[in-house]
Amino acid sequence: MNCFAINDLNNLRYGASPALMRHTAGDAGSGCAAQRRLGLDCPALRSKKMNCFEISDLNLYYGDFHALKDINLNIAAKNVTAFIGPSGCGKSTLLRTLNRMNDLVEGCVIQGCVRLDGEDIYGPGWRGDISHLRRRVGMVFQKPNPFPMTVYDNIAFGPRTHGVRRRYDIDIIVENSLKDAAIWGEVKDRLRQSALGLSGGQQQRLCIARALAVAPEVLLLDEPTSALDPISTGKIEELLLTLREKYSVIIVTHNMQQAARISDKTVFFLLGEVIEHGDTESLFTRPSHKRTEDYITGRFG
Amino acid sequence: MNDKLERGMGAIFFLSAAASILAVALICFFLLVNGLPMIFRSGPLTFLLGKEWSPADIPPVFGILPMIAGSIYITFGAIIIGLPVGVLTAVYLAHVCPKRIYGMVKPGVDLLAGIPSVVYGFFGMAAIVPYTGNSILSACILLGIMILPTVVAIAESALRAVPEQYYRGALALGAGHYRAVFGVVLPAARSGVLAAAVLGIGRAIGETMAVIMVAGNQARMPVSWLKGARTLTANIVIEMGYAAEQHREALIATGAVLLVFILIINLTFSALTRRKA
Amino acid sequence: MRPSERILAGLTWTAAAATVGVLFYLIVFILIKGIPYLKPSLFSLTYTSNNVSLTPALVSTVIITAMSLIIATPLGLFAAIYLTEYARRGNRAVVLVRMTTETLAGIPSIVYGLFGLLFFVTALGWGFSVLAGAFTLAIMILPLIMRTAEEAILSVPDIWREGAFGLGAGRLRTVFRIVLPAAMPGILAGVILAVGRIVGETAALIYTSGTVAQIPATPMQSARTLSVHMYALSSEGLHTDQGYATAVVLLVVVILINAASAWIARRFGAKK
Repeated sequence: MNCFAINDLNNLRYGASPALMRHTAGDAGSGCAAQRRLGLDCPALRSKKMNCFEISDLNLYYGDFHALKDINLNIAAKNVTAFIGPSGCGKSTLLRTLNRMNDLVEGCVIQGCVRLDGEDIYGPGWRGDISHLRRRVGMVFQKPNPFPMTVYDNIAFGPRTHGVRRRYDIDIIVENSLKDAAIWGEVKDRLRQSALGLSGGQQQRLCIARALAVAPEVLLLDEPTSALDPISTGKIEELLLTLREKYSVIIVTHNMQQAARISDKTVFFLLGEVIEHGDTESLFTRPSHKRTEDYITGRFG
Repeated sequence: MNDKLERGMGAIFFLSAAASILAVALICFFLLVNGLPMIFRSGPLTFLLGKEWSPADIPPVFGILPMIAGSIYITFGAIIIGLPVGVLTAVYLAHVCPKRIYGMVKPGVDLLAGIPSVVYGFFGMAAIVPYTGNSILSACILLGIMILPTVVAIAESALRAVPEQYYRGALALGAGHYRAVFGVVLPAARSGVLAAAVLGIGRAIGETMAVIMVAGNQARMPVSWLKGARTLTANIVIEMGYAAEQHREALIATGAVLLVFILIINLTFSALTRRKA
Repeated sequence: MRPSERILAGLTWTAAAATVGVLFYLIVFILIKGIPYLKPSLFSLTYTSNNVSLTPALVSTVIITAMSLIIATPLGLFAAIYLTEYARRGNRAVVLVRMTTETLAGIPSIVYGLFGLLFFVTALGWGFSVLAGAFTLAIMILPLIMRTAEEAILSVPDIWREGAFGLGAGRLRTVFRIVLPAAMPGILAGVILAVGRIVGETAALIYTSGTVAQIPATPMQSARTLSVHMYALSSEGLHTDQGYATAVVLLVVVILINAASAWIARRFGAKK
């Protein structure tokens, strides 16, 4: 029963690569199973749930500055959700709240609750640890930030952090992550070279692969294409569309066309408040708020 | 497990940081505890302002004013020589020299800082003493050279911290390059130059080996720039080897006085640099 | 060029030329006075009062340098990690650490020597020994190592830290796997500078590690470094020429150390 599930799973996740199938048939320690055995559960196994995040009455302050005001928002699982809004509207701040990256900011105070899978990650009773939370909720940053090490070690950093030690397991995770991030073909011959030698667009896809390597449920992307050229941007957008099959994707973007092209849901922020959220198509074609309309038609911001 | 390691290493890092606090506390404690009793026994004024240092007399006389005066004279002379040359060199590095030359001069200045004081001492013995004797003046010249790298480094970074607009503004008013640098940029960096002088004083007053090798080391009130004198630092090194009991305490007390001087200079320096920031 | 301009230009160039000139004069002077006495006998294994060999002092220098670094490098590095990666801004302990580190950096070496004599040699009862000298020097170079390590760590871009945290890595893992490897060249440059300070030090050693001219068999024995050796030669006044020859060796060592530090720092700068 178990064995069947694992094979089935690998079919689902990695496609029917004959070589990989052979590995998985002979050794249950490979691929997703490797990640699973080590407590990293696999996205494909998860039941389709409605929301990945449920945010209620969230307020956030940086010292005296009230950066997020009474946010109430549900974020749908297995969808691409775009956060849009003018600079300083709080969209990146909210994104960083979702995997508690704001913990690093001094003077940051957070009230309210953010539920991941029904568990309040800011609640007093929250028993998970931050490391595990960040494994479940991966993040890709505005500026590509590959570590100054080889391509291979960059991808392996996450799994190693979470206790994957066997060389064989890591090899497979590296290959699968790079394939999922659609960059395997470009880097498979330079896994042992420094990641800093890649182009900006490749670096960003490498960072996405790095985030995928710990098998997250949610992927947060903070303006991932703002530092890239149009061609690299196109590749990343294409990639995000394929990722929503397996992951819940939340992307912050300044680029309205990008939000319209790739997202299923869109949330519009202004001055720390959620003004409007809903299906991307209806939000862009029939915005229900005047301020949303002003923004998406380019009247400000 | 991971959490424990994380917290344990955090504690180790903190304790390492606390090591410098411990070191300063120990240094002050040991010097003061071993030095102060002697000062108070003979009376602070007799010790600090006594003009005679005769540890071999019966009873011995311990007055360190000659050494204080020697340190002040020599430090003052070193600053008179080293400060202008150092500041002008800093001006040269920051605003005059082409990049290619900078790449050669700057490492040279750094090397000047890295040369051991005994090597300076040997240099002074052979290159300065034949002309000016074992004298205050020789020590001033040698120390003037030795504080150059300190003065240059601090003055240069102060000059570079001056906003570019000051310089351009001066040019716009018709000043030439040098007039702009000396008339506007250098005055704007004056607190940095002052800081350079203060740190230079700290270096000069604390220097030991090179001074011993050229200053003559007579424990008497300075009589002339061309005659010898002894500094506080020299006093300790020269006599510590054979000192015992009261004499030894007197030398430690000399060190305590030196430490107090240095602490005052350090406080002045950090006050100067902090105000600038 | 107006006359005032010309005077200022003249002053500036003269000062710079004087600085560089003094450096060259010093180096050439030491070389000329010392090289004729650089004879094989100067490097014989043992020191006698007739043949003032520098080999024992050279070996002792290496030993004392290594011991001081073993003590001071982890301490300084860990302290720098605390200040940059762990301490919250405005933390009162941090203010105190910075103040005391600045103070340590300004204390003259003879005061360190005196402290070493009172604490390590006398209070702890170690006697004149390599161990006492090494501990004294370790305290002396601590601020230098802390400051350079701190600068090197601060120059590591925050986006790498964020990336590591974002993958669920803890502080410790982020520091040791991401930050320190990236900061290593800068840290190394600082350690090499510290070696330069140790090799050139005299006043802090005379009354801690003492002046015995032989290779120490145990850390509890006295030994003299090259610099102390030179000072001993000069104060005895019998072998001044050999003193200059020793100065040549010391000067070459110091120049090499400075060049190595600058080279590493430059490579680091180019990589950024």
